[in-house]
Amino acid sequence: MKPVSSALDPVQCWWLLGCGAVALAPLAPHLPFWLSAAAAAALALRAWLIHSHQPAPSRWVLSLTVVPAVVAVVTQYRTLFGQNPGVALLVILLALKQLESGDRRDAFVVVLLCYFLLLSSLFYSQSIPSALGLTAAVTITTAALAAVGDSGQRPARLLRLAGLMLVQAIPLLLILFLLFPRVSGPLWGLPRDAFSAQSGLSDTMSPGSIGSLVLSDAMAFRVRFAGKPPPRNALYWRGPVLTLYDGTTWRAARFRVSQQLPYGQPDSREFAYEVTLEPHNKPWLFALEFPDRIPAGAVIASDYQLLSAGPVVQRMRYDVASRTGGVPGADESWSVLRLATSLPPGNPRAVGLAHTWRRHGESDAAILAEALAFFRRQRFTYTLDPPALGKDAVDEFLFDTRQGFCEHFAGAFVFVMRAAGVPARVVTGYQGGEINPIDGYLEVRQSDAHAWAEVWLAGRGWVRIDPTAQSFPQRIEQNLAAAIPAGDRLPLLMRPDWSWLRGMRQRWDALANGWNQWVLGYTPQRQRDFLAGLGMKSPDWRSMTAALTALCAAVLLVLTGWALHRRHRLDAAQTLWLRAAARLARRGLPRHPWEGCRDYAERVAGDRPEIAASIREIAALYARLRYGRADAGALDDLRSRVAAFRP
Amino acid sequence: MSLAATLHERFANWALRTRPPEPTPIVLRQRRVYVLPTRAGLAFAVALLVMLIASINYNLGLGHALVFLLAGLGVVAILHTFRNLVGMTVDTGRADPVFAGETAHFGLLLHAVGDRRRIRVIVPDCSRTEVDIEAGATVEARVGVPALRRGWLALPRVTLETSYPLGLVRSWSYVAPGMRCLVYPQPAAEAPPLPAVAGDAGGRRFNHRGSEDFAGLRGHQPADSPCHVAWKTAARLDASAPLMTKQFAGAHGEILWIDWDAAPADDVETRLSILARWLLDAAAQGQTWGLRLPRGTLPPASGDPHLHACLKALALHEAG
Repeated sequence: MKPVSSALDPVQCWWLLGCGAVALAPLAPHLPFWLSAAAAAALALRAWLIHSHQPAPSRWVLSLTVVPAVVAVVTQYRTLFGQNPGVALLVILLALKQLESGDRRDAFVVVLLCYFLLLSSLFYSQSIPSALGLTAAVTITTAALAAVGDSGQRPARLLRLAGLMLVQAIPLLLILFLLFPRVSGPLWGLPRDAFSAQSGLSDTMSPGSIGSLVLSDAMAFRVRFAGKPPPRNALYWRGPVLTLYDGTTWRAARFRVSQQLPYGQPDSREFAYEVTLEPHNKPWLFALEFPDRIPAGAVIASDYQLLSAGPVVQRMRYDVASRTGGVPGADESWSVLRLATSLPPGNPRAVGLAHTWRRHGESDAAILAEALAFFRRQRFTYTLDPPALGKDAVDEFLFDTRQGFCEHFAGAFVFVMRAAGVPARVVTGYQGGEINPIDGYLEVRQSDAHAWAEVWLAGRGWVRIDPTAQSFPQRIEQNLAAAIPAGDRLPLLMRPDWSWLRGMRQRWDALANGWNQWVLGYTPQRQRDFLAGLGMKSPDWRSMTAALTALCAAVLLVLTGWALHRRHRLDAAQTLWLRAAARLARRGLPRHPWEGCRDYAERVAGDRPEIAASIREIAALYARLRYGRADAGALDDLRSRVAAFRP
Repeated sequence: MSLAATLHERFANWALRTRPPEPTPIVLRQRRVYVLPTRAGLAFAVALLVMLIASINYNLGLGHALVFLLAGLGVVAILHTFRNLVGMTVDTGRADPVFAGETAHFGLLLHAVGDRRRIRVIVPDCSRTEVDIEAGATVEARVGVPALRRGWLALPRVTLETSYPLGLVRSWSYVAPGMRCLVYPQPAAEAPPLPAVAGDAGGRRFNHRGSEDFAGLRGHQPADSPCHVAWKTAARLDASAPLMTKQFAGAHGEILWIDWDAAPADDVETRLSILARWLLDAAAQGQTWGLRLPRGTLPPASGDPHLHACLKALALHEAG
């Protein structure tokens, strides 16, 4: 027994330090170095203070530290508002509060800050491993909260208590997660720094830009086809269309957007599919050439590229349908065609070659055939490590180095077509993808990034020409690995001798996809679909709230029942003894409240000599079980004796 | 009394549902255990709301899960805290007599099955103690209440409170066990010397001067008053030497009468204080004494039980 005191003892301080460290650890890689170092130093200082029983620094010293810290944050980020400065300020607050924490109130503030920081670590990663780490961190933080209220407790028991309470909270978590009416964010404008680190295709292309992207195994998007997927050589996922060329870099031209398809579609088979696009911080959406129905909220550009209303800053799902084999653009405008034939000066050898084709061939189609034949004839090497190119990049690629990647092929092809007077442009996007056998999704990765060409032929429109496919059909029929010479650099998972790794990766990707679809991508739409699938009619926020309330009440009832049930549970020996006493009471020999078990047994033995032996035995066994050392068989012995006890 | 205090009083009386004192042992059933969030719990709820808004704004699916997990944790904490008190048994323990002006300590025996918990035992404006009850253990919580007046001091209504394990919610219950503590009159700080010893039957009279009439030493027995231990002798000898008890001449044969009328005071309380001082002095000197009060006489005897009987008679003089 002790008087109530609110000062923390060293054990509690260690707990707070531990939960602070656990909350800061996942953030450290994302903070500026000076801040991570300062926070670590503050924790280390605190550890030393606790270890050497020194008092915490006085409050005003800490208050003075706040000012330079805030100035440093402003200098780093140029603002105090937004996601990253906000996290930085929370980190500073936690570090200083750690140094200050002296009583229970401070301790509670530290724990709350830790919960906040754990949430903010989700800005940077919400993957399955982060979720596992988060679970451990929440358990430790909750144990620290329990330690604040109970100083003398062993850490293992605190962790067990926190774990038990969190496990008990899981039913409520599930109900709230599934039924809490979801609102699609953001509630207000997100700061510009919210999504800064995402990779993907860009709207420019220069030699090496796709080659560097291809080395990444990162997921670009996943596709689920409603029926059988189209053949692999039709899997051209259209991205930015690049028309402008300045001699080194291809750029997108200006285009108009509309919600109407700018082309008519043939009566070929329609493929409906759902795309789950990873965030890439650019507005474009990917669809098979050419989309037939465009997703809700999206628009289609005059160069047939699908665009969303704003940059894709979070994983998004959209439904789209395409028909393959279409050739749109027969009535393409003159201004677009003029842009698609303009060229910068330079590359005299390529221009000369194109002029000879123009002199030989009568029609654009004939010139196209000549060019394709040229690309098949030339002995090109398909490599991710092409030599650097100089001023006349196209000439050097076509006639000297003859080593390149898809952007070299597509760029050079479009260049020579234009030089011959045929309108052409570069299309970037992804080609192919791989069906994950575990969940049946087609996975398209950054390593499937590709560039091809489009040529405009009078009377037909824009025709897709893949110059890479002319030289290296394996790239399209199989994958990148088949087209690249053995021993060349390859994305890890494409290496043929690493197939076991690919199997594991597929399992993991299927798991991650399930996680993305159901945990991270549980949007208002998916929530409605899911609840409707469960049989809920017209799931709106009212019915969801009603169901939520009813289910929560049910869970609470069960938990309360558990809470109260345990209170009145007697131990087994006591139950048996009371049963025997109740039988005697029915025979007119009730136990007096003041009687111990032996006294009672003696009194009964005196009154009823015929059961004296059995009641004495039962009382002795009960006394041994309750108050003494009983061996393992004693309880069973008592049970059988009470069962046989018929006074 | 302020409005809040009045309302609280009414609530507590309603909450108890029986007129105090209650029969013991008191088993706390769920109907008399109350739960409300603490200030920390409210802060926790506000924090969760902010975290939920952040999760919605940044579309953090896992953030939603974290917030909902912590919300569930808060609800589970309510049940755990509630469970700490429900089913607990409160029984009365010891309450040793004290002198007025001291603090009376009431022992409350708290017994609980199930897990460890920490309970605060509170008497408003008086005492606040904290006890840890291990699984299945019985713990005595000592509640201190200032003893201001002689007579019986009843234990006021006690609040049993707990915010264990997380401190987010407070669960409490009121108990009013019929427990009382005897308060002896405060011994007078300055009292006249003990009255003269009266010769018993033989008419032998002489002035007894109390402790000056040292008669010798004998071996210490555990029942001897610490006042009579020959501490100076003990200090001279080494630690392993047995303690000795001082014996006084007055301890044998003569009887001291402590008489209500002999106390030089006008009002009752002062008189009782002087008598209390005399009783303590007489006991300290190891005398045999009798006590004469207007309402009756305690026959001469000596020792601690007799002292306490006399003090009790003083404490209850003309009380109730």
